[in-house]
Amino acid sequence: MSRLNIVLALILIVCALAVIQAQHRSRTYFVGLERLKKEARLLDEQWGQLQLEQSTWANPARVDTLARSRVGLISPPQERIHVETVPADTRVATP
Amino acid sequence: MSYKPRHARSNQLLDLKLAPWRMATVGGLLIGGLVLVAGRAFYLQGLNTDYLQGKGDAISNRNLTLPTHRGQVSDRYGQLLAISTPVESLWARPSELKLTVEQRAHLARVLGMPESELTKKLTRKGRGEFGVRRPVTPEQALDIAAMGVPGLYLRREFRRYYPAGEVAAHVVGFTNVDDVGQEGVERAYQSWLVGREGERQIVRDRRGNIIRDLAPIKTAQMGGNLALSLDLKIQYLAHRELAAAIKLHKAKGGSVVVLDAKTGEILALANQPIFNPNNRRNYKPTPMRNRAVIDTFEPGSTIKPFVAAAVLERGLFHPDSVLDTPQTWRVGNKLVRDEHPHPRMSVTEIIQKSSNVGAAKMAMSLTPQQHWEVLHRAGFGQLPGSGFPGETAGRLRDSKTWRPVEQATMAYGYGLSVSLLQLTRAYMAFANDGEVMPLSFLKREPQEVVGERVFSASVAREVRAMMETVTQEGGTGTRTRVPGYRIAGKTGTAHKLVNGSYASDRYLSSFIGMAPASNPRLIIGVVIDEPSDGVYYGGSVAGPVFAQVMAASLRQLALPPDAPETATQMTQSTPPVMAPAGKGV
Repeated sequence: MSRLNIVLALILIVCALAVIQAQHRSRTYFVGLERLKKEARLLDEQWGQLQLEQSTWANPARVDTLARSRVGLISPPQERIHVETVPADTRVATP
Repeated sequence: MSYKPRHARSNQLLDLKLAPWRMATVGGLLIGGLVLVAGRAFYLQGLNTDYLQGKGDAISNRNLTLPTHRGQVSDRYGQLLAISTPVESLWARPSELKLTVEQRAHLARVLGMPESELTKKLTRKGRGEFGVRRPVTPEQALDIAAMGVPGLYLRREFRRYYPAGEVAAHVVGFTNVDDVGQEGVERAYQSWLVGREGERQIVRDRRGNIIRDLAPIKTAQMGGNLALSLDLKIQYLAHRELAAAIKLHKAKGGSVVVLDAKTGEILALANQPIFNPNNRRNYKPTPMRNRAVIDTFEPGSTIKPFVAAAVLERGLFHPDSVLDTPQTWRVGNKLVRDEHPHPRMSVTEIIQKSSNVGAAKMAMSLTPQQHWEVLHRAGFGQLPGSGFPGETAGRLRDSKTWRPVEQATMAYGYGLSVSLLQLTRAYMAFANDGEVMPLSFLKREPQEVVGERVFSASVAREVRAMMETVTQEGGTGTRTRVPGYRIAGKTGTAHKLVNGSYASDRYLSSFIGMAPASNPRLIIGVVIDEPSDGVYYGGSVAGPVFAQVMAASLRQLALPPDAPETATQMTQSTPPVMAPAGKGV
C-alpha cells in the first residue's frame, strides 16, 4: 500500500513538472506569436507607406513632366505612326 | 531556540512557581497578536479583496484597443487614389503639463510656430486632452519625444493621403480630421470604407510581454477597399487638357466626362477649378464642387440628336428627308433663328450644321407628349443613378405645361437643364445601339450589367451616322477629329441664363462625342463655362479638348483604328524604320 503511494506520488510529481513545462512552453510560444503579430502590423504599415510612396512617384502628372523635360520624350506625330493589322492566323500563332 | 535547558535545572524550572499575571500577560499578548494577524488577513482577503485584486490586475492586466484603418481607394488598375497611413500627432494633457521656459521656446521652434501662439494653445482652460498639432513630421516626433515633457505625448493616428492629389479630387472626395468622408466617393461609401476597432483583454508579464488573453478577442475589422472605375491615366489626360483649355480660353470653369460605352463605367471625370485634397487648410466650397455631376446647364444643340431620333423612330422623317429651313421661322410670337442659314437641308444636314430652325420644325411635328417621352426615356429630368452624393436630376417640365414656343426652343436645348454626366450618359443610347448602361463609379465586370433600351438599334445607328457627319467637312465639329478613327458627336453652344434673361455674350460651349464610330467604346462629354477670349463655338472650344482626350484614351486602351486608310493620312513616304520583313511580329 505504501509502495503504491510512493509510486503515485512520484507520478504526481512528474505530471506536475510536465504541467509547468507545458505552461512555460505555451507562454513562450504565445509571446513569440504576439511578437510576430506586432511585426506583421508594422510591416503592414510599412507596406502602406511604400504604396503611398510608389503612387506618389508614379503619379501621371509627375511622369508626364519628367518624361518631357528630363528625358525629352514626345508623342509621335501622326505621320510617324504606322498601324499594322496582324492577320488572324498569325495572331493565333504568335504567343 | 538557542536556549537549551540543562538537565540539572530543568526540574527546578518546571517547579517554579510563576506569578499567574505573567502567564496571563504572555498568553494575552500571543493571542492578541494572533487575532491581529488573523483580522488583518480577513480584512485583506475577505472584505477588501475586490479593491486589492483590482490593483493587482491593474499592474498586469490591460485592455488593448486593436487599431483599424480606413480602406484604400484605387483606380481600376490598382493605382492608389486614397490611403490611410499612421502618423504621429502631438497631444497635451493640461492637468499634467509642466513646461519650462526653455522647453517652451524649444517646442515652439520645433513646431515652427510663434511662441505666443503656442502659449495660447497650451493654456486654454476647461478642456481635457487636446491635439496640439495633427500630425507632426517624423523628425518633429523624434525631437519632441526626446524632450520628455510630462503632459505632452505623441499619439499614433491614421491620416488620409491622396497620392493623385487634385487630378482625381472631385471623384474621390476627402475626409475630415476625424476620418469621416465629406465629399465624393469617400462620402458615398463611408460605411464600407470605415473600419471597426477591436478589443482584447490581456495579461502582461514583468517585461511587458503579452502572456495570456483573458477574454475572447474582438478582432478589428479593417475598412473595405474600393476599386473605382476610373482609369488614372485617362483621368490625368482629361484633367490636363481641360486645364489647358480653360487657361487658353480664359474660361470660368469646365468639366470632362469619359464613359465606357459598353459598361457604363466612368473612366474619367475632371472639373475646373480644382482643389488639393491633401491640404486641409484653405477650404473653399466653390472649387470643391463636382460640377459635372452637381451643376446643371441648358444643353443647347447637344440635345438635337434626341429630336432627330424621336422623329426617325415615329417614321415622320428619314435621314435624307429634306426640309425648308429659312433663316428665321416663327413659332407663336418667337422667331427661331439660324446663324448660318441654308435654304434647304436634309435631316442629316440639320444635325451636321446644327440648324435651330430645322430642329424646331422636326420637333413641332411631334406632340409635346411624344417629345417629352423621348427626353424622359433618355434620362432627362431623372437622377442619372451614379450614386454620387448630391447628383442632380436636372429639369424637364411636364409636357402638359409646354407652350408651342417652349417645345420649339426645347428642340435646340433651351428650357430644360441637364448635368454633363446625365447628358453624356444619354449619348450612350446612340453609342451602344440604343441601350443605356447604368452608370458606375466602381469597377465592374461587363457581364454584371443589364442595359435599358432607349431607342431601337436601327434608329441609334442612323443618328450615329448623322453625328459622324458633324466631324466631317461642312460640319460644326471639324476640330474634333482624331486621325485614324471615325468620330461621331454633336457640338453645342448655349447662351447662359443670367438674371432671368439670356446673356448675348456669355456662353457654354460643349461637345459630346464617341469613337470609334463603327462600334463606339468611349463617350466623352466636354463643357466649357464662359470662354472669354472671343472664341465660343462648341466645336472650337470644347472640340479640341475632346479630340485630345479621345486620341490619348483610344491609344491608352489600344483600340484599333476604324477609319479607312486614306482618311488617316498615312504617308507611304516615311515607312517605319524597322519594317519587319515577314508577318512574324
